[in-house]
Amino acid sequence: MDVVIVDYGTGNLRSVYKALETAGKDLNDLKISISGSPNIIAKADKIILPGQGSYKQCMDSILSIDGLYEELNKFVKIKRKPLFGICVGMQLFSTEGYEEKKTKGFGWVEGIVEKIKLKDKNFKLPHMGWNNLIMMKKHKIFEGIEQNSHFYFVHSYEFSTKNKEKILGTTHYEGDIISCIGDGNIFGTQFHPEKSHENGIKLLFNFLKYY
Amino acid sequence: MLKKRIIPCLDVYKGRVVKGINFLNLKDAGDPVEQAKIYSDHGADELCFLDITASHEKRSILLDKVSQTANSCLIPLTVGGGVRSIEDIQNLLRAGADKVSINTAAVLNPDFIKQSAIKFGSQCIVIAIDVKKINSSQWEVFTHGGRKSTGIDAISYCKEVEKLGAGEILLTSMDRDGTQEGYDLDLLNTVNNTISIPVVASGGAGTPQHLYDGLSKGGASAVLAASIFHFKKFTILEIKKYLLKKGVPIRQN
Repeated sequence: MDVVIVDYGTGNLRSVYKALETAGKDLNDLKISISGSPNIIAKADKIILPGQGSYKQCMDSILSIDGLYEELNKFVKIKRKPLFGICVGMQLFSTEGYEEKKTKGFGWVEGIVEKIKLKDKNFKLPHMGWNNLIMMKKHKIFEGIEQNSHFYFVHSYEFSTKNKEKILGTTHYEGDIISCIGDGNIFGTQFHPEKSHENGIKLLFNFLKYY
Repeated sequence: MLKKRIIPCLDVYKGRVVKGINFLNLKDAGDPVEQAKIYSDHGADELCFLDITASHEKRSILLDKVSQTANSCLIPLTVGGGVRSIEDIQNLLRAGADKVSINTAAVLNPDFIKQSAIKFGSQCIVIAIDVKKINSSQWEVFTHGGRKSTGIDAISYCKEVEKLGAGEILLTSMDRDGTQEGYDLDLLNTVNNTISIPVVASGGAGTPQHLYDGLSKGGASAVLAASIFHFKKFTILEIKKYLLKKGVPIRQN
């Protein structure tokens, strides 16, 4: 299995690489690589779309690589191959984001990304640290993971969608934040599985094994 | 519910973990790579790797050690020490850091905070501030590993770094550092009530009670400590059990 971590100049890709390697250590023929080349991504079996920084910066960076946006779209919508989005990588599934300025996303899941609204000043932003995942339904991606398990979050913006059946997990931070989104071949987490110790490794393993 | 974080700090000097008192008299406390693995496996919520003399000696951080350390833990890693350019940050992130902590360079050039936050996102920019008490409600910022006085008021500086896009403040009381007398709770409270980004308490923790005070009375989002862990006075598990019993929200699974 050929897994490519999409490199468009953002974030700590080494962490993702290392975590995938750990998750897939017992899987045969697993090949993990890091690349921003549309040709290499086109040949992948599965891809991981990480994201750090702002929604706009991430989208601008993807668009600045010739053919990358188109290939990602083709990968997901036409070839219908598996993609795992992490943090801003998941947020980019949305129709549009409002960080810095209104920016168009991939539109794979109808919804928007806006700053988390908090009333109580005891809740700090960014929402940073370990918080519980509340799984909204039984799903293969959650196999072996207990309800309320901890995952590591760091973000100030959140995904919102009217499309409730696409919400696989939420997390409580004053209100409810969408922490997992899934739709057929795509899956995304607001938290960082690569930084979430054993629970994160399980999630990545399930993606490698079942998608 | 969001949990309070326990962060062991690896103060690294010439590739070894060390611990001093009031930033002086360093004692050897092991290899950072081995320590990182142990802490990550034993339930630490994050790790902090500080190359404590990098800024002083004007050399760049030990990227190799950082990358080996990052390889041995599956929890977030913050790295600091001598970070003074966008390139430094890029190199650290490539080596496996998740967040970088900026101290001296942020004081000398506040615009650097803004540029880094725009480029890498606030979530990965931690501003480390070393302060000394002037009186019961005033503290002064020091730079260069606590060697240089700046005349800058710590509270207004905290407000400024928040505005410039810092994602978190790592606040060290130099008066308390290494003394094991507990965190400066007045300092923590004052800063915590002034800003709306997370504050990490540092400097002075010697007992689990101190960590409890920092998180509850001081209102810190996380506590950073070194001596309490390095010399095996308490394990992370023991500390977490203690805090849970006292009602602090702590991660167990």
